[in-house]
Amino acid sequence: MNDITKYLAGRVTTGGMNRREFMGRAMAAGVTLAAASQLYATSASAQAPKKGGNLKLGLEGGAATDSIDPAKATSQVMFTAVRTWGDTLVETHPETRAPVPSLAESWSPSPDAKTWTFKIRKGVQFHDGKEMTTDDVVATLKRHSDSKTESGAAGVLKSIKSIENKSGDLVVTLDSGNADLPAIFTDYHLVIQPNGGVDAPNAGIGTGAYKVKSFEPGVRMTFEKNTSDWRSDRGYVETVEIITMNDATARIAALSSGQVQFINRVDPKTVPLLTRAPTVQLLTTSGGGHYVFIMHCDKAPFDNNDLRMALKLSIDREEMVKRILGGYGKVGNDFPINDTYALFPEGIEQRSYDPDKAKFHFKKSGHSGSVLLRTSEVAFPGAVDASVLFQQSAKKAGIDIEIKREPGDGYWSNVWNVQPFSASYWGSRATQDQFYSGAYLSSADWNDTRFKNEKFDKLLITARGELDEAKRREMYREMAVLVRDEGGTILPMFNDFVNAASKKLQGYVKDIGNDMSNGYVATRVWLDA
Amino acid sequence: MSNSTEAGGSPARSLRERFPLLSIIAQRMVLSLILLLAVSALIFGGVEALPGDFASTYLGQSATPEAVANITAELGLDRPLVTRYFDWLGGVLQGDFGTSWASRNSVSEQVGNRLGNSLFLAAFAAVIAVPLAICLGMLSVHFRDRIPDKIINVISLAAISLPEFFVGYLLILYFAVNFGIATFPATVYQGMGFLERLQTIALPTATLVLVVLAHMMRMTRAAILSVMSSAYMETAELKGLSGWRAIVKHAAPNALAPIINVVALNLAYLVVGVVVVEVVFVYPGMGQYMVDAVTVRDMPVVQACGLIFAAVYILLNMLADILAIIANPRLRHPR
Repeated sequence: MNDITKYLAGRVTTGGMNRREFMGRAMAAGVTLAAASQLYATSASAQAPKKGGNLKLGLEGGAATDSIDPAKATSQVMFTAVRTWGDTLVETHPETRAPVPSLAESWSPSPDAKTWTFKIRKGVQFHDGKEMTTDDVVATLKRHSDSKTESGAAGVLKSIKSIENKSGDLVVTLDSGNADLPAIFTDYHLVIQPNGGVDAPNAGIGTGAYKVKSFEPGVRMTFEKNTSDWRSDRGYVETVEIITMNDATARIAALSSGQVQFINRVDPKTVPLLTRAPTVQLLTTSGGGHYVFIMHCDKAPFDNNDLRMALKLSIDREEMVKRILGGYGKVGNDFPINDTYALFPEGIEQRSYDPDKAKFHFKKSGHSGSVLLRTSEVAFPGAVDASVLFQQSAKKAGIDIEIKREPGDGYWSNVWNVQPFSASYWGSRATQDQFYSGAYLSSADWNDTRFKNEKFDKLLITARGELDEAKRREMYREMAVLVRDEGGTILPMFNDFVNAASKKLQGYVKDIGNDMSNGYVATRVWLDA
Repeated sequence: MSNSTEAGGSPARSLRERFPLLSIIAQRMVLSLILLLAVSALIFGGVEALPGDFASTYLGQSATPEAVANITAELGLDRPLVTRYFDWLGGVLQGDFGTSWASRNSVSEQVGNRLGNSLFLAAFAAVIAVPLAICLGMLSVHFRDRIPDKIINVISLAAISLPEFFVGYLLILYFAVNFGIATFPATVYQGMGFLERLQTIALPTATLVLVVLAHMMRMTRAAILSVMSSAYMETAELKGLSGWRAIVKHAAPNALAPIINVVALNLAYLVVGVVVVEVVFVYPGMGQYMVDAVTVRDMPVVQACGLIFAAVYILLNMLADILAIIANPRLRHPR
């Protein structure tokens, strides 16, 4: 095979070329028709999913306290597990993040986006052989949203007024219009369970590609193929095993010795060492998760916008991405949305490190003396180092940041959202609306910057009910600028999801929705023998 | 005075005199129970004093005030501290450790699994480490100040000076990653065969053996050496016993008490102090289980683990004392 045909065959394997194109170009390169035809067949079969095998995942983020009840799934391990055995009504497109049908076949809003009708897929069976019905869907949504709920999805379902089964269709009525309801239903807590999981929340019975075989919290979870799966484009491996591995070195050792085929949370510092192993591939995906330094806009001295602006200008974002993320991330622009969100407002000027301007704003704020930044190793990976970098870049602007290192245990209850200036992180949310409603609306539960802006609140509510995308995008631009210029968030970087796998693992879909192919890793990949 | 005590306390005293060992054990048992009670109160107070409550820690960033309130109400965490403690204590006295707040599974069942794992690993390590340590100790006495003694000393000191996680990583690097002859991770699970289990825990066992070996070995060596200088050892030598026989038959039995003590301490460590090794080898033992529970303030689990750890310590110490008494005729038949 000469270089040109090798290149062409490679493109077929990666899915970049169809048969017609390949044959034409291969013959132009001097290959006979028969040879080209055969070459195409072998290259294409390398790309076709292989069935069978036992997939082992070594994942960080599991504990003995994990619960199999999707309402209480919070850890990385349970998130992946839920995606493996259950299905939500709606999924998101891996590249655009637009809502795509899953257990709901289609949906339509009323003109004010207050009433939504979902057509529920027929002929789908739960793992126990029972047919999934609209009543199961109604019961599931009710369990996560009623007044007695203990669900992690309670927050995003707050605006639901009623959930009904109207002649086989799911009809959801909201307090106020929300154009994002389908996206909300992609939340991983909301997998459909028989009778909503009211009778047996911990049964682990759903409609997903794999059935739960055994579950030892914090240790190991095993799955076997659901042979009556309603979808044929997933679930290639025969069995799946998730092993909780909270030690970063243990994960890397397990992957490089071939005992597991996939690991999550690879420390960027160890990437160069890891990729030296010939059997290992690195899988990075950009996402909406980010690391922040948060200031309370209502507490002195941070109630002064000039001081906030001075601090925003005195952080060196490029250096942070390079040193803290090892280059696996992108610079932030002081608002919590990036291009992994639908309706991302493009073209807002990137804020950069400017000691002179920072000095100007600092002087204008009238503040003297140092500012106290609280940080901890648990705030985000490398948070203490990032704080020191911040301190050094701010010093060049004449701003003295004093760093106080807090203990990791209790950081989220004593420091974050309590102290006026601290390090923290945020994961991605399904939509811009969900993010802003959870952390930037005046009345939000986790408004950790105490950002209270009437104009912003009004825009957020209006945008939520707006079905015209162009208008909505414009509103999101205004909101982003408000947060960027007046908010209490210093957002130096968006972190990539850094995972690694054996080269035998193929078909991995880089899904911008969330880490580990949005949790679907086990159902999407196959193992090449 | 002496008369009245003898008369008044005669039945009890005679009992104590007739069964000195049994009465000591009974006395220790009662003391242990009181100690366990104190430990449980201490843990309860300690976890309660930690910042952050269960519901909000468990739900994390997805918690809403309503969900937190619902969980708090369901678990009855809004009741006063003392009520909750005595409720829990009442359950334990009836043999019910309650259910985990987080997973809602029975604590006894889960603890049973994890404790079984911990004991399995500890037992396996002890079976190798204890005889090895004592043999090496006797060997180094036999060859004292000569090459074998020095080699044993240097190697065991090196092993004890390295942190246990580092020893673990070294073993993983060489035996699992480079040579590929050992199993890693050492995750055992229910339904695993016995032989498979043994194979799986080879590396963590080796780590633990290396970590506890030196301590026991050096104590054996020191204890026997101190006996060696006594007059009867000289006699043994003079009557023509070989050096090795003199050590095994005459010196070792008389040095038993301190050796038993150090062995007991190390056994306790093998059960309760190996969290780091568990984490490094991904081994589902008690230590990791308790740490997970403390992280989210899952009180019933923390309590159960704490009590078991305390009980293991108390039991092993008691056992060491009793064995020391049995090993020493002077203590066995007090005048």
